[in-house]
Amino acid sequence: MPHLLEIRNLAVEFATARGRFRAVDGVDVTVDPGEILCIVGESGSGKSVSMLAAMGLIAWPGKVTADVMRFDGADLLALSPRARRQVVGKDMAMIFQEPMSSLNPCYSVGWQIAEALRTHHAVPRAQVRARVIELLDQVGIPDPAGRMGAFPHQLSGGMNQRVMIAMAIACNPRFLVADEPTTALDVTIQKQILDLLVALQRERGMGLVLITHDMGVVAETAHRVQVMYAGQMVEEQKTVGLFANPRHPYTEALLDALPERAMGRSRLPTIPGMVPGIDDRPAGCLFNPRCRFADDLCRQVQPPPFQAEGLHVRCHHPRPEIVLPEVPA
Amino acid sequence: MLRFLLRRIGLVVPTFIGVTFLSFILIHLVPGDPIEVRMGEHGIDPARLAALRHQLGLDLPLWRQFLDYEIGVLHGGLGQSVVTHESVWREFITFFPATLELSFCAVAFGLLVGLPFGVIAAVKRGSAFDYGLMGVSVTGASMPIFWWGLMMILIFSVGLGWTPVSGRISDMFYIEPWSGFMLVDCWFSGDEGACVSAGSHLILPAIVLGTIPLATVARMTRSAMLEVLGEDYIRTARAKGLSIWRVVIVHALRNALIPVVTVVGLQVGSMLGGAILTETIFSWPGVGHWLIESIQRRDYPVLQGGTLLVASLVIVVNLVVDMTYGMLNPRIRR
Repeated sequence: MPHLLEIRNLAVEFATARGRFRAVDGVDVTVDPGEILCIVGESGSGKSVSMLAAMGLIAWPGKVTADVMRFDGADLLALSPRARRQVVGKDMAMIFQEPMSSLNPCYSVGWQIAEALRTHHAVPRAQVRARVIELLDQVGIPDPAGRMGAFPHQLSGGMNQRVMIAMAIACNPRFLVADEPTTALDVTIQKQILDLLVALQRERGMGLVLITHDMGVVAETAHRVQVMYAGQMVEEQKTVGLFANPRHPYTEALLDALPERAMGRSRLPTIPGMVPGIDDRPAGCLFNPRCRFADDLCRQVQPPPFQAEGLHVRCHHPRPEIVLPEVPA
Repeated sequence: MLRFLLRRIGLVVPTFIGVTFLSFILIHLVPGDPIEVRMGEHGIDPARLAALRHQLGLDLPLWRQFLDYEIGVLHGGLGQSVVTHESVWREFITFFPATLELSFCAVAFGLLVGLPFGVIAAVKRGSAFDYGLMGVSVTGASMPIFWWGLMMILIFSVGLGWTPVSGRISDMFYIEPWSGFMLVDCWFSGDEGACVSAGSHLILPAIVLGTIPLATVARMTRSAMLEVLGEDYIRTARAKGLSIWRVVIVHALRNALIPVVTVVGLQVGSMLGGAILTETIFSWPGVGHWLIESIQRRDYPVLQGGTLLVASLVIVVNLVVDMTYGMLNPRIRR
């Protein structure tokens, strides 16, 4: 079966005052219908940028290249900007990190949802209002008819994120990207929004990409996980496997740093150093300065991207595979 | 909204007192009074001078004159011109439409040209159009009006002969001043030639007066648009699959208009005070022209009353601008 979204060897470059900067380098992404893919990584690891590129939302100084970029059988790279816009917002939708600033302060939330419907002629004109109310109801906003006329500044962050979700699912997309949808919200609301997203995804059989840096979110929701580091994809596994047997030293260190896993130890393990910035990308493996297992090979030669099949780890010395005694259901 | 309005109106009172006080003091600091100025070099019999001064109340101490004036204003009377003996209010009403017509056309010119230019420059930032426009805009904003006006007259009126040099309409036409707006009156008179004549008289002064607003509007629009185009909600709008121009006009421009409206409002306010230089260069019979003459004649009531009226207009315009924010920006409403 063809993938819903298939991207091979994606690169995104930005022209900066100090030359070209590769924010994303050699990333492959595939998503199937009904699947939840989590992309995890620290800030600046390129997780959002790669998905913005898939959506065609990288603004002018950024340059997107890829060997393959297909959505639902259509070659996104070959589409004219106009044809691309007919896919974006209709079949592919995206919600963002900051719900308060992601909605236009000048228009009511009802208007903004209706705009999505009208743009893609998703429903006849006469039914737009009814459909907006229905959408607001679906995302769990109480008194949807009354809230239609509210402006974003009159709603809470959680409510605004629900509005964003309503806007994203307005045209029944087959693919949804949620870019850290809960980062700006408080904990109880985070849970509600995640549950809502997962419920909608299940109900509609959407492919969902969830960008996060919260391993707890990953464990609860994802079917498959991609770990990104400094613009590169370093590991990809099914969720269960990733948590049980991380193969990349970075993934392993990330998991070790979870407070839940460090019970009984006196100090929480951390990863020394920082993600390299624009100027200080090391030679060889990008993770080598912070890696416990780095040797001369790692300091000189970049590990190759994923092999076509089999081991999906970008590392010279992946951690040994553990044969799981029993896979929890 | 009502409370906001009442509070703003409350603030108007001290402003008015300040304006009348300042204009009173300043004009009295200028040597000579209306009678001396009128007599000129011929001089006047001292007894007659004293009598005339007494008649106008100019022999009273300054504080008393000021108090009398304020009391007059509170009773709704702005007094009458010392020179024409016409009431100040009536004079103002005859001159004001000319100023209003000119300012309106100048601002319309500035907005119609400046807004699109600013938007295009922001969307195509870093392009030749952007740099060119910003260069022209700096030039426009720093252009001395008297020089610019004279150059325009030299080129278009004297050189090319396209437009008349001064006034509001050719002497060939007599148009009943029904509304006071020459273009409107000509339109209703049905005289095609008069319309053309009024329009051609208006176009140069409107362009000259509109040059600074044009430059300011273009620059403000550009910088406000650049800021707004980087906002998260612009990304959201693009993620809906909207066309670039819909994102720019519907989502970005409305947010960017907020600072632009402020600037335009302030400019309109200052223009209503009489575009003094422009009106003088083009002999445009407006408020600015009238006030300048009143200074030359030491026509105290006209100058004080005129200043007060202009100040009230500026205050009203600023109030309207503040209320426009509410229309543009729902966060200020309530």
